[in-house]
Amino acid sequence: MQVPAQVEYEKATSVQHALALLARYGPEAKVLAGGHSLIPMMKLRLAQPEVLVDINGLTDLCFIDRVADELRIGTLTRHAQLLESELAGEHFAILHDAERVIADPIVRNWGTVGGSLCQADPSEDLSAAFAAMKGTMVIEGPGGSREVSARAFHTGPYETVVGPSELLTEIRLPIRPGHQRGGSAYLKVARRAGDWPVGAAGAAVWLTDGIVADVGIGLTAVGARHFVAAEAEEFLLGRPADEENLARAGEIAAEHCRPVTDQRGPADYKRHLVRELTARVLRAALSRAGGLAGRPS
Amino acid sequence: MDATSGGGAYGPIPRKEDARFIRGQGTFVDDICLPGMLYGAVLRSPLAHARIVSVDAAAAAAHPKVMAVLTGEDLAERALAWMPTLSGDVQAVLATDKVRFQGQEVAFVVATDRYAARDALELIAVDYEPLPPLIDARTALDPGAPLVRDDLPGQNGNKVFDWAAGDREATDAAFSAADVVVSCDMVYPRSHPAPLETCGIVADMNPVSGKLTLWVTSQAPHAHRTLYAMVTGVPEHKIRIVSPDLGGGFGAKVPLYPGYLCAIVGSMVTGRPVKWMEDRSENLMSTAFARDYHMHGEIAATADGKILGLRARVLADHGAFNATAQPTRFPAGFFHIFTGSYDVPAAFCEVTGVFTNKAPGGVAYSCSFRVTEAVYLVERLTDMLARQLAIDPAELRMRNLLKPEQFPYTCATGWQYDSGDYPRALRLALDIAGYAELRREQAQRRARGEYMGIGLSFFTEGVGAGPRSQMDILGLAMADGADLRVHPTGKAVLGISVQTQGQGHETTFAQIVAHELGLSPDDVEVVHGDTDRTPFGLGTYGSRSTPVSGAAAVVAARKVRERARLVAAAMLEVAADDLEWLDGKWRVRGDPDQARGIAEIAMAAHSTLDLPDGVEAHLDASAVYTPPNLTYPFGAYICVTDVDPGTGEVKVRRFIAVDDCGVRINPMIVEGQVHRGIADGIGIALMQAIVFDESGNCLGGSFMDYLLPTSMECPSPELGATVTPSPHHPIGAKGIGESATVGSPAAVVNSVVDALAPFGVVHADMPLTPAAVWRAIQGRPIRPDLALS
Amino acid sequence: MKLTLTVNGTEYARTIEPRLLLIHFLRDELGLTGSHWGCDTSNCGACVVWLDETPVKSCTVLAAMTDGRRVTTVEGLARNGVLDPVQEGFSACHGLQCGFCTPGMMMTARWLLDRNPNPTAAEVREAISGQICRCTGYENIVRSVLWAAGNDGNDGNEGNDGNDGSDDDGRD
Ligand SMILES: Cc1cc2nc3c(=O)[nH]c(=O)nc-3n(C[C@H](O)[C@H](O)[C@H](O)COP(=O)(O)OP(=O)(O)OC[C@H]3O[C@@H](n4cnc5c(N)ncnc54)[C@H](O)[C@@H]3O)c2cc1C
Ligand code: FES
Ligand code: FES
Repeated sequence: MQVPAQVEYEKATSVQHALALLARYGPEAKVLAGGHSLIPMMKLRLAQPEVLVDINGLTDLCFIDRVADELRIGTLTRHAQLLESELAGEHFAILHDAERVIADPIVRNWGTVGGSLCQADPSEDLSAAFAAMKGTMVIEGPGGSREVSARAFHTGPYETVVGPSELLTEIRLPIRPGHQRGGSAYLKVARRAGDWPVGAAGAAVWLTDGIVADVGIGLTAVGARHFVAAEAEEFLLGRPADEENLARAGEIAAEHCRPVTDQRGPADYKRHLVRELTARVLRAALSRAGGLAGRPS
Repeated sequence: MDATSGGGAYGPIPRKEDARFIRGQGTFVDDICLPGMLYGAVLRSPLAHARIVSVDAAAAAAHPKVMAVLTGEDLAERALAWMPTLSGDVQAVLATDKVRFQGQEVAFVVATDRYAARDALELIAVDYEPLPPLIDARTALDPGAPLVRDDLPGQNGNKVFDWAAGDREATDAAFSAADVVVSCDMVYPRSHPAPLETCGIVADMNPVSGKLTLWVTSQAPHAHRTLYAMVTGVPEHKIRIVSPDLGGGFGAKVPLYPGYLCAIVGSMVTGRPVKWMEDRSENLMSTAFARDYHMHGEIAATADGKILGLRARVLADHGAFNATAQPTRFPAGFFHIFTGSYDVPAAFCEVTGVFTNKAPGGVAYSCSFRVTEAVYLVERLTDMLARQLAIDPAELRMRNLLKPEQFPYTCATGWQYDSGDYPRALRLALDIAGYAELRREQAQRRARGEYMGIGLSFFTEGVGAGPRSQMDILGLAMADGADLRVHPTGKAVLGISVQTQGQGHETTFAQIVAHELGLSPDDVEVVHGDTDRTPFGLGTYGSRSTPVSGAAAVVAARKVRERARLVAAAMLEVAADDLEWLDGKWRVRGDPDQARGIAEIAMAAHSTLDLPDGVEAHLDASAVYTPPNLTYPFGAYICVTDVDPGTGEVKVRRFIAVDDCGVRINPMIVEGQVHRGIADGIGIALMQAIVFDESGNCLGGSFMDYLLPTSMECPSPELGATVTPSPHHPIGAKGIGESATVGSPAAVVNSVVDALAPFGVVHADMPLTPAAVWRAIQGRPIRPDLALS
Repeated sequence: MKLTLTVNGTEYARTIEPRLLLIHFLRDELGLTGSHWGCDTSNCGACVVWLDETPVKSCTVLAAMTDGRRVTTVEGLARNGVLDPVQEGFSACHGLQCGFCTPGMMMTARWLLDRNPNPTAAEVREAISGQICRCTGYENIVRSVLWAAGNDGNDGNEGNDGNDGSDDDGRD
């Protein structure tokens, strides 16, 4: 029977309380959000924290709001809430695309957006989605709050910049002014519904007169640094959003990722997927933005 | 439906057992809680092959909540360190000398709760001396291959057996004379039935009465009782096995597992009941795997597509112990039924079994004793032959299917097919599918660069083992008993020897008896799973419940009916010969209103009514049924897929299944069985596989890695039925429990390969994951039994 | 630690280890064995219960996390002895075979129908996609839920006769 090892349990009543508990117990304490990554790891005894600091009572960290030209998502927002949020979907179709294929509806009821990002699994879907959107993470610590770019948030597999006595509290996504034509999308290949990705790509593109004015490409499960296809983004900037360039972007993304072979698929296949999915997801994002260059939109 | 008239109790009635399950009131093994019960946990080997230098359990034994720790040495003192398998081999209960697969049982802890038992496992220190593991079955017979079974006297290689069937010379001649020969290497990967409930036991040795009671996940409680008696030395009448509600089985709950024996010894040692439930990784890594056949198949035919011969050479990976569960004389199960549904004049197959450092098992997944592998082989070869000859695969099958007038038919390897109308079933499937239209759509899509596949398979199984002259398991003939008691008020209790794992025995068997006696199924209670309350029999697997135990129930009911005739004659004061059974009652010929039903007769049989000489009072009867032959269900399946060659993703769009299992007692339950098998076929074809890396680590040890199909991958099946009764079964029924698991994987694979035809793909091994499909298109196929590299 | 929660309308207070999983709390501490356990990795859904208003996998929630909350299990699905239409639907449409996945499936089905009284078959499939059934191939589960959708709001005494014919083999 796979069950967790002994652990102490503390229920945080406020962000300040949570931070105080984390400070008191030190690095052997773990934040417990939805627990849908942490508890499975504890059952397998891959994680054996001494203390759990349960933040599920911090309902003020559970929100999806528009504040000026930013969408703000509280860390404790459940996957299901993000999927159902019209506000999020209106501005960031990519988030709905991604949430629809993360785990399954029951896991999504309880797993949190912040927990996903902090887990920093190299196959996490939201990490790629937020990287594509060039979001910003807000982290609270003993010394106050700081902001970190989504693209600098992950420092390695299962590692983030969040320190042991810190808490991720929210994610902010910039909402572009209406005259910029933008679109976003997310595509994932999994072996089965509810499975982690074999490979997945997210893209957000903004066009000015058919020329790529800004672009974000996120990749997951394929060994892309910071979940980003930076070289492909660089290539597309300032170029027409046409088929040829999308295909080239896919190739560049494939060249620069470092997938590893595992039972989800061999590295050559995953590299191929990057090529294929990057081109496809850019196409999908562009069609939401108003179409490919050279084609009726 | 008029349930009270004879012949009226069959039909799609809701199941009796549902009432408890929909309320959450089923009783599964883990639901059983006895006073003072303790919990066991098994320590398993992290290595696939290693010598055990020492096992130090002192720290675990000192844990305040631990009541006992068992090691291999402790069991050896009781002569229980090894146990017999169902294939005449032995298997370690707790390892004493070596560990031979990852996940093998090394020690057993008994504690006061589950969590403590799990904690204590970490306190056991085992010193292993690693040995090179044998993982690739294809190297098992190489000189210098690591020797897995150095415990067996005289075993100096890794061969388990060589076995052959058919006529080699005749087959060679057929191949020489053929216009065309197609051959293929294919792997049927190792899979696991993974019932949703894992295996478990509550063992209760009563030190006062000497009675050993086991609540255990068992598909064969009676056979298990005999085995436990032989293994433990507890006299058989002092053993009671209760197999309560089972959360699926599919073959996984046929063998004996070391954990069961550990719990028994745990109870003997502590004097308290001991519960042991596997977790999922234990289940997937150590209990009955299935398949793992490396097959080379060849088919020979004339230029116009008449099949002349079939040849197969198989390397069978049996893991570390030969623990397959199948009739003794058939080490490769019924694989030699590999001529399938076709009129094949000559066939020959040879199978070599080998030991490897993998979990034992082999026949354990709704496979009808390896008919699954056989059907896959012949159906893949048939499709390849069709491609080679540019004949439509439906047409090629039609040309070769057995004709109705050929039955009973003895195939080239000796099986005697009882009945069938194969062309009718195939035609019906093609009609439901709209086959011609599908082919047109496929052509149009191909022209647009879209890849759609249409895959057929036609299968025949032999199920309902088995005839006494040919089949036994560990010397026990494969017969089943039925015990029918009719109470004075005409309500009946039927005791049966087989055990449902979800197939609805409580309903189907009630219908069988009700049908024979003119009762309502509600009037018949079915008792099963408890060896103290039911007659002996070999249990439920290989689709044998209805063919064997169902027949026993019919025979018992007919004995009751015949006795009832004598009693009715006394009641009506007529000669027994003047009575006829009509509409569920004994009626006076020519005066049918003069009639007595079973309820009235039962009361009379228990009353002071004067009975003729030689007629026993009461209406109880029992029967033991030994089948004269197997029954041969068959079916035609069509699978439509859409394949994305860019990503390798496969979507099963439609699945059409026409099954013929003879007379259908409860068609709703029959269709449910087919639905399940189709899901199995999709899972096995597209995702399920237990794979090992070169160190022997099992890479399919959880539901994260061993993928089972969900509601999103399984289409809404389109079913059809034909009914060709079995001529030798008392009600013409055949088995259905495994049909679709046997028949469907080939349809799915044929469909995907058909979709990929424009890329020149002629074969791709299961599981057809996105990566495997893409690699097949690249012409660099993935070898499915080893870790990807 | 001390835990107080409401299960199927009844309040319970227990002292537990913080590591205790909700599924084991329900089954071993409260004897509510209707919810099942089927995997180590949160994939199978045999353990689905409601936490407040939403279904969760109770093998992936600590009992401690439910302090002060409401839990509803299959045992709480029938109201005052009247079966939920979902329960009747599963029996009417042969939505179960071994019955092991059934409690979890029914809890999700009830949740779906509360939010979406007239789901399509595709929506039902999506809702149960995190739960494994090894017996039915899902088709009859989908039909059962659609049956329940068509019979929600009725007092619903079609289908099963409501008689509890369980034979309590071996139950203590
Ligand atoms: C069956 C299953 C399938 C899944 N499939 C997918 C999938 O396909 N794609 C995918 O992307 N994910 C998948 N997941 C993962 C799931 O999306 C996330 O793991 C889960 O939602 C994590 O969120 P949580 O709230 O449960 O995190 P927890 O498990 O509570 O926490 C995860 C980690 O983050 C830390 N943490 C959590 N919140 C904070 C915070 N605010 N500040 C600092 N640290 C914090 C915790 O200490 C812990 O180390 C799957 C999970 C399961 C169980
Ligand atoms: S037990 Fe499998 S998901 Fe909970
Ligand atoms: S009915 Fe057996 S697992 Fe679903």
